[in-house]
Formats: sequence, structure tokens, C-alpha cells
Amino acid sequence: MRDQPIIFAGLALFLGLITFPFWFNLARGQTARGPDIQRPGAQLQCAAPTDYMRTSHMELLIQWRDQVVRRNLRRVTAFNGKVFTASLTNTCLAQCHTNKAQFCDRCHNYSGVGTPYCWDCHNEPRAARASLAPAFTDLGSQP
Amino acid sequence: MSTDRRAFLTLAGGCALALAGRAARQALAAPQSSPAQSRRWAMVIDAQKCLQQEGCRKCVQACHQAHNVPAPAEPRHEVKWIWKEAFEHAFPSEAGEHLRESLRGNPVLVFCNHCDQPPCVRVCPTQATWKRAEDGLVMMDWHRCIGCRYCVAACPYGSRSFNWVDPRPHLASLNAEYPTRTKGVVEKCTFCEERLEQGRPPACVEACPKKALVFGDLRDPASEVRRLLRARYTLRRKPELGTQPQIYYIV
Repeated sequence: MRDQPIIFAGLALFLGLITFPFWFNLARGQTARGPDIQRPGAQLQCAAPTDYMRTSHMELLIQWRDQVVRRNLRRVTAFNGKVFTASLTNTCLAQCHTNKAQFCDRCHNYSGVGTPYCWDCHNEPRAARASLAPAFTDLGSQP
Repeated sequence: MSTDRRAFLTLAGGCALALAGRAARQALAAPQSSPAQSRRWAMVIDAQKCLQQEGCRKCVQACHQAHNVPAPAEPRHEVKWIWKEAFEHAFPSEAGEHLRESLRGNPVLVFCNHCDQPPCVRVCPTQATWKRAEDGLVMMDWHRCIGCRYCVAACPYGSRSFNWVDPRPHLASLNAEYPTRTKGVVEKCTFCEERLEQGRPPACVEACPKKALVFGDLRDPASEVRRLLRARYTLRRKPELGTQPQIYYIV
């Protein structure tokens, strides 16, 4: 039992190292809690149930895209009978999820999926307006 | 019952002929033009009216602003949906030595002709550009364009532009309701299909102070375009190529 101190010191060091990520995150104030996203008001109705949107919103958007671009069908009837104009910028972002940074981006960053290339072309209505306000005198009036 | 080779082959051939005959009869009985096409959008441009407003670029500005068409500084990166071209360049087959002096050098508005037989559509390997069945527009799906530029080479009117650089830094203003494009995508005039959807005329037509651009449905005999085509002599760009362009010019 001569090596007892060395063994226990080694064990303590090993435990300390292996649990380092937990201590580190605890010290930084990070927890395993999900992202704190800004949800639209409860009275607003989404085009699909929340659970479906959480896991499959990209599929819905692709479906809308193909429908609008390829078949010229812009009106979609949601699961609850509400009729939407299928448009990421002019419906989703303009009417409900008005803050992309605190809705889309927060969750995307948390889950590590980054920024999808939708945004290479499609615009965020509010931010775009804020930075280029004078240009919107006659263009921003589309229904 | 036994079947010899000759009887079997005769029977098989007879069956095949009957099936083929039925298919052929159906194909021949089908109407020549698609009944789904309920509209045919077209435009008549009165070049003389357009000229009255010298140096006017209102239609170009309205279009390029509405569709986020970039204006890169380098001419070789130019992107355009609608622009002015000298008469003899727009109508090379009309431009002989003795072309009427009043026409030579005159700027003519040119853009996508939304041809009935669009060569760009024939060459597109991904069907990113196609002719819409219901109204004859030559459409673009920028999601699907792979930037091969076959369509740019195929279009005899130079109506298609390629984004050699990221267009976003080169926008004078941004219309957030309409997307931009990315580097590596071809773009062109869409006849403002997003406005037609809302029952509004194309942006250039609305912006013209002289009402030199007349937009309408060729299927409707009472439409303004049909009235103009009946009343006036019109030209089309390079009709000899057989593309059947649907922009008509009163010169």
C-alpha cells in the first residue's frame, strides 16, 4: 500500500479531467437548456402544428417553394383551414416571426446547423428595411 | 393445343399493332395546342412614343429596383433584365444601308421575348427555365439553376445575364419582398409574374410615363394588345430564327 497517495492523486486528477467539460460549462454559466427563442404571440396560428414545424419546417418550406415556383400555386390551406400566401419573407417573417435573429438563428446556432443558404437570396423584411429605409417609399406596399 | 412459331409471331405482332394503333389514334385526335393555356401574355411597344421621352429610364429603374437587379461597376459583370439597344442592333435584319435615318441609332427597349419556341428552355439541362403552360411565360427557377450558361449562349436576344459576382453588394436599393440572386445563377425578365399573380401589370408598363408599353392577353380578342396588333404594323426581333418572340414593336 506504499503507492496509495499516488493512486488516489492520479484518480482525482483523472476524474477532474474527465469531468472538465461539465465544470467548464458550469463556470461559463451554460446549461443544457434549449435556446431561448422569441416566439410569436399565442394568438397567431402557424401553417402547421408546432411539433411538425420544429422538426420539419424545412420540408414545408421546400414544398411551398416547389408549389409557388414550379406550379404557380401561392395559396396554401393550413391544417387548421387557415389560408396562407406561401412565402418565407412575406408571410412567415413579415407576419409572425418578425425577428429572424431571435427565432431562426438562435435555434439554428444552438443545434449547430448554421445558416441555411435560403438567406443567400431571400431577405429578412425588417432588417432590410431598417438598413435601407429610403428605398422603401413605394416598394414596400405589396399585400 | 399446340402453337407453331409462325402462328405465335403473327398473334404477337397483331397485338402489338393493335396497341400501337390505339395510342396513335389518341395522339392524333388530341388537339394541337394545349387546352390548358388559357392566356398568352404579350407586349406591344410603341417605339415612337418611347422616343418622345428622351433619355427616360423609368421602366428600367422600376424593373431593376423591383427585382433587385444588381449594377456591378465592371461592364463585363453587367446584369440586366430590360435595357435600351440601338435599333440596328435590336433588328439586325432590318438594318440595311438605306435604313430610314430616323430609325438608325434610336434606342429601342429590349428584354426577354417570352418566345413561343424558347431556345433557352431547350438547352437547359436542369429544367431551371421552362415555358409555363398556362400563360406562355418563360419562367426561371433560381433554386435549380446550376449556372452552366447554356441558356445565355442559346438566347439570340442577349436577354439573359449571369451573376459573375455576388449581386448583393451591388444593389442600389433592396426590395426585401423580392429575393436577390446569388453568384453563379442566370437571371432574366420574368414578365413580373409575381405582380401578374396580384392582378397588376409588369413594373415597366406601370412606370412608363408615355404608356408606350402595352401589356395584355393575346388569347383575348378584345385586349389592347390584340387591338394594336390589328391596327398597326409591328415588327418582332429576329423572327427568321423561328423562336416566335411575343414582344411586338411599332416602329
